[in-house]
Amino acid sequence: MEFMGYLRPDGRVGARNHVAIIPSVICANDVAQAIVGQVQGTVGYFHHQGCCQLSPDLDRVTETLIGLGCSPNVGAALVISLGCEGTDHERLVREIAATGKPVEIIRIQQLGGFSNAVSAGIKAAQKLAIAISGLQRQPVGVEHITMSIKCGASDTTSGMASNCVIGYVADKLVDLGATVVFGETTEFLGAEHILARRAVNQTVAGRIYEIVEAMENRAKAVGVDMRKGQPTPGNIEGGLSSIEEKSLGAIVKSGTRPIQGVLDYTQQITTQKGLWIKDTPGREPEILTGMACTGAQVMMFSTGRGAPQGFPTMPVIKICGNPITYQHMENDMDLNAGTIITGQRSIQEVGEDAFAQLLRVLSGEMTKNEAIGYHKSIDIHTLGPVI
Amino acid sequence: MNSIGLKVHDQDNVATVCCEGVTAGDEITVLDQAGNRQTLSAAAAIPYGHKIAVSPIAPGESIRKYGEVIGTASATIAPGDYVHVHNLDSTRGRGDLARQEEEA
Repeated sequence: MEFMGYLRPDGRVGARNHVAIIPSVICANDVAQAIVGQVQGTVGYFHHQGCCQLSPDLDRVTETLIGLGCSPNVGAALVISLGCEGTDHERLVREIAATGKPVEIIRIQQLGGFSNAVSAGIKAAQKLAIAISGLQRQPVGVEHITMSIKCGASDTTSGMASNCVIGYVADKLVDLGATVVFGETTEFLGAEHILARRAVNQTVAGRIYEIVEAMENRAKAVGVDMRKGQPTPGNIEGGLSSIEEKSLGAIVKSGTRPIQGVLDYTQQITTQKGLWIKDTPGREPEILTGMACTGAQVMMFSTGRGAPQGFPTMPVIKICGNPITYQHMENDMDLNAGTIITGQRSIQEVGEDAFAQLLRVLSGEMTKNEAIGYHKSIDIHTLGPVI
Repeated sequence: MNSIGLKVHDQDNVATVCCEGVTAGDEITVLDQAGNRQTLSAAAAIPYGHKIAVSPIAPGESIRKYGEVIGTASATIAPGDYVHVHNLDSTRGRGDLARQEEEA
């Protein structure tokens, strides 16, 4: 079984061939945006971090941006540095270049400000865009797939329909020798014992309990009931009464196969196969960034109330479990799993449709959010204060 | 009006209402995985996808869905009652309780 992908110099396989415009700090976003608005084939990572943070967070931001640049869906990268930021932009360029793909950097302060930087950036991005534009897709085995999974704007149909469809696809991919990564550590609360039972060994089981405890302690330290933060007001309106109920429905999307290990937020998939956990929060901009950073070429995203947005370099396939929402938001939903709730189709039937759509999207078919560019809000998950 | 509820696991004491517009007094037919039927009268309006109690639950007792604990009852719950945040307490991420304990 194959899909059509872009072979990268480091051996990874991409599902897209973007020029990534990477601001090394929030203050470079406007320059990056002007370049993205002008040069075909470019997309921007408009995040809000990179300065006045403590060193573990600055390292985390640098490493996340490295992962985003190394993503196999990125064919070339242009780093936009201000010049006085806290991230290590030289390391950023060096580590992305180590993958063998072309990388350039421009420095706003050195060039004399916005206008000069935009001009230099457009010239650099234009060259990169032309350089990678002739690359052709090749047939590659499905074992090269790294699929990330997530549920958002969930309601009670998520755990009974759309998450089951993703679980079906996840199991199928693992059995075919591919890689699947799921996260949302917050949404393990109340379900961690089930995940720990699926861990390949006691060390991994222990690590699952550890990341859940750390996430719960961070929430508890604020001194309030977590409800409204998680589950969200929308989840509650959708019928989810507690984080436990949300979690038990959420983990269904990870399927049933053994859990091989836990990846840190900035950690990239290199040779890992099978099912993995990535330690992330549940909020979309931060988890989508973490998953793209890990090297996932694609995400399957389950929703009940209708979460519409995607990610700049990683196509996001929206699978809607609520038949009413699907009818209402069809222009933003890629697949209707609501037919499971209405009893018209089985999980397996919709799962096979989802798998076929996954291969088409990996081979170049646009998702609904991709086609309309509904994917610009991203962010990086940091742990410490902004100072 | 006869409406459908789904009970996901044998040990569950709540079911998910899978139809729109349920109001107080409506009959709900709850199906379990084996296809067994239980008929309940809805005690209140229950929105689509929300939960109905299928057995009596005492205050402090666990509320179960998927065969797992999703919280504890904060009030007396009778079969047919609407179960949501007004009578179900989460036991996780309760920084408010931790703070109360610290202050006591």
